[in-house]
Amino acid sequence: MGYPHPIHPKETPVLSTHFGDPDARSHAGWVARGGYVALQQALGMTPEAIVDEVKASGLRGRGGAGFPTGMKWSFMPKDDGREHYLCCNADESEPGTFKDREILRWTPHALIEGCAIGCLAIRAETCVIFIRGEYTEPYRILQAAVDEAYAAGTIGANAMGSGKRIEMIVHRGAGAYICGEETALMNAIEGKRGNPRIKPPFPAVAGLFGLPTTINNVETLAAVPAILTRGAAWYAGLSLSSPKSTGTKLISVCGHVQRPGTYEITMGLPMQELIFDLCGGMRPGRTLKAVIPGGSSVPIMTPEEVADCATDYEGIAAKGSLLGSGGMIVMDDTTDMVYQIMRLARFYAHESCAQCTNCREGTAWTTKILERILRGEGKASDLDLLLDLADNMTGKTICVLSDSCATPVVSGIAKFRDEFDAYLSGARAPMTVGV
Amino acid sequence: MSTSSHAEPYVPVFVGDTKARLEALATKYPTRQALLLPALWMVQEARGWVSPEGITEVAEQLELTPAYVRGVVSFYTMYHTHPVGRYFIQVCTTSPCNICGAEDVVRALLTHTGCGELGATSPDGKFTVAEAECLGACAFATPVLINDDFIESVTPESVPALLARYT
Ligand SMILES: Cc1cc2nc3c(=O)[nH]c(=O)nc-3n(C[C@H](O)[C@H](O)[C@H](O)COP(=O)(O)O)c2cc1C
Ligand code: SF4
Ligand code: FES
Repeated sequence: MGYPHPIHPKETPVLSTHFGDPDARSHAGWVARGGYVALQQALGMTPEAIVDEVKASGLRGRGGAGFPTGMKWSFMPKDDGREHYLCCNADESEPGTFKDREILRWTPHALIEGCAIGCLAIRAETCVIFIRGEYTEPYRILQAAVDEAYAAGTIGANAMGSGKRIEMIVHRGAGAYICGEETALMNAIEGKRGNPRIKPPFPAVAGLFGLPTTINNVETLAAVPAILTRGAAWYAGLSLSSPKSTGTKLISVCGHVQRPGTYEITMGLPMQELIFDLCGGMRPGRTLKAVIPGGSSVPIMTPEEVADCATDYEGIAAKGSLLGSGGMIVMDDTTDMVYQIMRLARFYAHESCAQCTNCREGTAWTTKILERILRGEGKASDLDLLLDLADNMTGKTICVLSDSCATPVVSGIAKFRDEFDAYLSGARAPMTVGV
Repeated sequence: MSTSSHAEPYVPVFVGDTKARLEALATKYPTRQALLLPALWMVQEARGWVSPEGITEVAEQLELTPAYVRGVVSFYTMYHTHPVGRYFIQVCTTSPCNICGAEDVVRALLTHTGCGELGATSPDGKFTVAEAECLGACAFATPVLINDDFIESVTPESVPALLARYT
């Protein structure tokens, strides 16, 4: 459902069916809604059979990169005699993204069930759920649900009486966007600064505590139980445009729409329908100016690009942007693009872990140059300088946070150049930057 | 939450129940170092901030050096390394909230708390206001975190009534 709004006829509620229903939060409430049937089923399956089913469903990672989940699971070693780990990424800090939060606080047992099945698939006995520190309410709800699942014997030393061990730990972050990057996340759990690690080695070889590890997003894991109970073919059949994008996707829509919220769509729903039907379109008298469709790290789209775009991995890529996390930021004609691009650059400058020179210096200077343009102190050469910096921030660092800062700058200058020029020429009055 | 100052003698956090909680957690992780973030949270819950003495105590409990612990503390924005107001207020001003008027909410909070400026504590010691990056609730602009209370859809107009709940 388009939480906090009622289900829209063009939605396909699977994960979101029980959003807003506090009774679904308890173990008993979840079981009454068909919960833990999939886990029971998975406990009787081989790891290979679970992986094959998820592969056949076409499920791709919902954390941003869209990597096929079954394939990721198949990279884990077999019969290596070592302990394996599953990490669930509940760091959700990408601006515009707030879909995992609704899973965490309305259907925590859907996530616990997905995590437990994920453990079985990759031969792990422990799942560590890493949740951002600011998610105080979701943390309380999730921890209570984990405690209940232990008390009911659903997880623990003898999960559902199967003789199999499934341990679950909820680990709180403490404020750092970069901890959502998978290797930084593992460092944070290990009690270190959240600096991303150089890859290789990849987590499936040497991950958490140096042991084989798989990292999956909250929405990815929460999608797994329904795939087992309803079948891979059902999930793979949920697709309106590209067979490479299957299933449902939670899209968290924010900004200048009438009904911001978390919507669940079948992959491929036209973006125009999502924004104008499901979300109710723009506020009265306003027109659409720009959409950032997949969290703040993806290229900005124009209304023309939105007009005939399918909301799935391939459809958005065809328009030069990315589905990313599914965090959609909608901006109307009141938006000062230069100001908001500066604000995004400031986000990345604040969140850079600072271990790569190009990222540390590039994010800071990008922000400073954008601020001086806004203050009316920009130079004619500043746009070229920004693009040059962006080039030096792309593809040259340990992780892609640096690239993510360059993205809105490059797409912003390409698509809204007149707004930058207006500040540079003095046609637009200088701004005060910040509070 | 309470704040303490360097002048008061340091009272250890990891005694009684808190020590028991730490040791219960220790059974779940393969290393003691992995308890670092949880242990720092326990110190901040108990004292309102993570003081140098708190860092030393955590280091002793986890068999780490204080310098190492300091390095980790400084990485994460939610640990306070100096005393803050009894109610620590974080307001999201990242773009999705920014375009919905988040900076006006910050201004209203600064005015009505008496803090005046970001990062400063109000003269009565009650409030400190800080800007935060995306709090993960962008449909509910503007979200505000007051200690552990997450409040959605705050507007400049709703600020006085909100603050009145914190005495
Ligand atoms: C800077 C940065 C931040 C990230 N933040 C998140 C996040 O908050 N949540 C998330 O699930 N993935 C995040 N990712 C992606 C993860 O590294 C990882 O790809 C993902 O959790 C894998 O799960 P999936 O395959 O289920 O998508 C981030 C990546 C980068 C580079
Ligand atoms: S790109 Fe930036 S955030 Fe990523 S590792 Fe390098 S400095 Fe850290
Ligand atoms: S931008 Fe404010 S909560 Fe996400």
